[in-house]
Amino acid sequence: MKEALQAIESEALASIQKAESSQELQEMKVKYLGKKGSLTSVLRGMGKLSKEERPVIGELANNVRESITEALETKTEKLEREALNEQLENETIDVTLPGNPVHVGGRHLLTNIMEEIEDLFIGMGYEVKEGPEVETDYYNFEALNLPKNHPARDMQDTFFITNELLLRTQTSPVQARTMQSYQGERPIKMICPGKVYRRDTDDATHSHQFRQIEGLVVDKNITLSDLKGTLDVFAKKMFGKDREIRLRPSFFPFTEPSVEMDVSCKVCDGEGCSVCKQTGWIEILGGGMVHPRVLEMSGYDPSIYSGFAFGMGQERIAMLKYGVNDIRHFYTNDVRFLSQYHQA
Amino acid sequence: MLVSYNWLRNYVNLDKITPEELAEKITRSGIEVEGIEYLAPKTENIVVGYVKSCEKHPDADKLNLCQVDVGEEALQIICGAPNVGQGQKVAVAKPGAKLPNGMKIKKVKLRGIESNGMICSLQELGLDEKYIPADVAEGIFVFPEDAEVGTPVQELLNLDDAILDLDVLANRPDALSMLGVAYEVAALLDQPIHLPDESLTVDQSIEAKDYIEVKIDSIENNPYYGAFIVRDVEIKPAPLWMRNYLMASGIRPINNVVDITNFVLLEYGQPLHAFDYDQFGSKQVLIRQANENETLVTLDDQERQLNEKNLVITNGEVPVALAGVMGGANSEVTDETTNILLEAAYFESASVRHTVKQTGLRSESSTRFEKGVDPNRVKRAGVRACMLLQKYANAKVASGVVEVDELDKSEKSVVITKAKVNQRLGMELDEKDIISVLTRLQFEFTQNGEEMIVEVPTRRRDISIFEDILEEVIRIHGYEHLPYTIPQGWVQAGGLTDIQRLQREIKNYLSSAGLMETLTYSLTNQKDAKRFLTPDIEKEPAYSVGLAMPMSEEHSHLRLSLIPEMLRVLQHNIARTQTDLAYYEIGKVFVSREESVTKQPIENLHVAGALTGLWHNHPWQQEKKSVDFYVAKGIVEGLFAHLELDVTFVQTRMEDMHPGRCAEIKLNGNGIGYVGQVHPLAAKDFDVKETYVFEINLEAIFSAHQQIPSFTDIPRYPSVTRDIAFILDNDVPAGNVQTVIKEIGAPLVKDVSIFDVYQGEHMEDGKKSVAYRLLYQDPSHTLKDDEVDASYHEIIEKVNSQFGSYVRS
Repeated sequence: MKEALQAIESEALASIQKAESSQELQEMKVKYLGKKGSLTSVLRGMGKLSKEERPVIGELANNVRESITEALETKTEKLEREALNEQLENETIDVTLPGNPVHVGGRHLLTNIMEEIEDLFIGMGYEVKEGPEVETDYYNFEALNLPKNHPARDMQDTFFITNELLLRTQTSPVQARTMQSYQGERPIKMICPGKVYRRDTDDATHSHQFRQIEGLVVDKNITLSDLKGTLDVFAKKMFGKDREIRLRPSFFPFTEPSVEMDVSCKVCDGEGCSVCKQTGWIEILGGGMVHPRVLEMSGYDPSIYSGFAFGMGQERIAMLKYGVNDIRHFYTNDVRFLSQYHQA
Repeated sequence: MLVSYNWLRNYVNLDKITPEELAEKITRSGIEVEGIEYLAPKTENIVVGYVKSCEKHPDADKLNLCQVDVGEEALQIICGAPNVGQGQKVAVAKPGAKLPNGMKIKKVKLRGIESNGMICSLQELGLDEKYIPADVAEGIFVFPEDAEVGTPVQELLNLDDAILDLDVLANRPDALSMLGVAYEVAALLDQPIHLPDESLTVDQSIEAKDYIEVKIDSIENNPYYGAFIVRDVEIKPAPLWMRNYLMASGIRPINNVVDITNFVLLEYGQPLHAFDYDQFGSKQVLIRQANENETLVTLDDQERQLNEKNLVITNGEVPVALAGVMGGANSEVTDETTNILLEAAYFESASVRHTVKQTGLRSESSTRFEKGVDPNRVKRAGVRACMLLQKYANAKVASGVVEVDELDKSEKSVVITKAKVNQRLGMELDEKDIISVLTRLQFEFTQNGEEMIVEVPTRRRDISIFEDILEEVIRIHGYEHLPYTIPQGWVQAGGLTDIQRLQREIKNYLSSAGLMETLTYSLTNQKDAKRFLTPDIEKEPAYSVGLAMPMSEEHSHLRLSLIPEMLRVLQHNIARTQTDLAYYEIGKVFVSREESVTKQPIENLHVAGALTGLWHNHPWQQEKKSVDFYVAKGIVEGLFAHLELDVTFVQTRMEDMHPGRCAEIKLNGNGIGYVGQVHPLAAKDFDVKETYVFEINLEAIFSAHQQIPSFTDIPRYPSVTRDIAFILDNDVPAGNVQTVIKEIGAPLVKDVSIFDVYQGEHMEDGKKSVAYRLLYQDPSHTLKDDEVDASYHEIIEKVNSQFGSYVRS
């Protein structure tokens, strides 16, 4: 009986090895392990065996069954893998053909710049304030120490609507409005981004509409050094940690002292090149200590409070940062321009 | 302000500083030097020559044969200039010289005769044509007799001068004069200043008051008027050095009298005016406001219409000058002039500004009066001019000045303390640092304990308060010494407001939905400003706000809709063969409810989109989809879904929109926007093809939007779907049925979607089939069939009765 079992095993293993389809394997399973299969029929003779032989043969029979089953499974798996491989080979496509285009939109470059600047100052505890674009003469000029007939009004050509209404020429009226709304009762840390308008002919460096972002900090003991430190943080974050800043005196009616801030040219690293007109420095923004009259007019006692303010053109920052050479690109919205920067 | 480096050397020692270094210092301390220009490139071998003889060239009518003494030798030179003549001192380029235009001088033969050099004009020496005096513009330059033969012309003509172009802002009118710049430079270099000579010897035999009287009717606009009388002037060219400085400063020399007034104007920053005394017409100067409709012919031969806001100088009868702006032609100094009335006056800036604005006349004088002149330099400038006239016009200056003087010439005093300076600067300056700055600026001061009382000279009109002195201290001391600090003390959590955050969120959504953000102009033309209005604007009379003085018709009115300028963007791109476009913009529109604007318009933030061309394009797979109404609407629906706001879309008609393809967007029953196709005729106006747009008033969204969405538990029990296809009349909006299904099915029906719409074959005329998929769900248990069935049948029954529909079998 032992020999019979071993014969079944070697026959089965040999034929499984030869099988070429899962159909054949199915048939072999029936032939060897089925109810009427050869192994079963051998086992039927178990009853005739002695008490001692029975467990031995039983164990052998089980081993043979397991061995055949395992061979069947292995072979089945192998055949299935081959079939799948063949199918997959047949499914080969040309991966060099273009994929399905995804319609990609994006933000305007100036939005990116504005949000970058906003986030930088938000990180330093500034709130973001906004105000009307059609302003009164009072908020756009008078509250900023620019009374009617002040010669410095010539610095900005204004779009007037009536004698009292105009398109704001700067975002500074938002500063005046904010100070007045706080009634001199609390410190201020704010930035105000927004559109402004000037009576300029549009060309490569002028636009009758552009965007500014200004900042204002008012508290007890705000110093000019605080302005310098703050602008240094801004410049390094915006233009790179190796940039240096320098302050130069300037003039704005609403600040005293007033400064212009230059950043060391990143193209030549301060050596002098065509971008910085051989000076090594690029003018970025203006600022200064809030003029005591401006504080006073807005309800802040200049003997208690001091403050600094600064302002810049967003287009200028974007042009310097990304090398844009014509301000009109921002407003013609050529898709070939916009799509260059939506990841910026 | 053009500042001649050589001229400046007369007041401050510049031996140790180059023009470039000086420019850098001036810029760093507050007045921007916009450029440095050298008058002419360095030249050699060009010297003064004496024309010993001058004859016609035997073989050429227009050429002259000259023998010229240039010092160590005599040269035979052929010269074509019409004004060359025997006895002149001229500029001779000797053989080997190189002219600024690159021309090299060699020995040549002209019509058979040797020419050993060239007699030069000022143009040929490199001077700008427009500054060259009229008498030598057409030929060679003739030196005064005292010019020494053989001297290089370079220095004689000041050709080595460097001109610094200063951008003087409104706060520093003092720098509109050579003396002002000299004070500034002296402070920067810590050098003394040498003031000009004002020592005048008057002719005691003549007294000014015998010739003129002065009366001012408008003292508020003219607090000082001084009249000097200068007799027996000899009109001739001004000395060469003065003409050189004027040309270097961009002023064309005329004659000694005019040149001297211009020279003093530049030197002192004080405009002067010389009248021809004999043409003045009276012995009285009367300064008053002009009469309505009075006229004056100014020096530029223009007749000016005057009114009572113009301050004029008159001879008691008629105007002879527009005060502070320009003189009149009737009393102009000419070659025949022998006696002069010289005006040194102080005109208030507001008055001069007004006249300048009204007439558009802007002169060197008006610029200075507008910005304000130094009250203590008015009379001194007159004295200085008289002294120069005496010296360079052989004139007799009458004794005394006839004046009306109510001018405040007092100096302001400002109190500072070291502690306050340091507190505001955020640094630790020593008292000696502050004293050093004040000394260099030549500001007098006295000390009283901690306090320093600074007397501010009247030339520095910009300084009146502590902060002004603070600026002087730090700019002269140097901004580079300021430390870097960050405001200490009070802190707040910075951040965006809810509305600002929401705007960013909307931009995120629209950008990821495939739209590109645009930024267009708020100003558009009058017609387009009022097109494509959203329903909330349209419901009351709305007006666009127009500019008082627009620069162009294209940008004359503030927009009430973002769409017109966005269509223009589409057009711009289409014209550049970019045809598949999807844009959005967030920006303000300006709504006035008054026909003529008196108050600020309402400013509403809008979001708008404009789409045209292909929405999807995958050519080799033959997948193409054009933008259509449902693409645009899908974007809008997605936006509201993103913001968790329920809106409805109602068929509507709008001017400029396709009558059958436009929906009003309603939020809580109020129209807040629209989506649809631009009317083909409107599209033609903007030169665009089939275009779909939407525009929504964001203010309504801001007020409806809930910042923190409340949590809804994720359903634990399975949902059940049921489909129903209704046969509806064609004109029944599918969306209305959808809304009704939702209402009836609530609360079990969580969602109703449309998955099939069919019209055409096998369908009754005028009917359509719309298939709805209903999603049932109950948060508390698994739904049983009979619960769903009951609702389903109720819906069918009610929809049918309401819409006259039936269920498609």
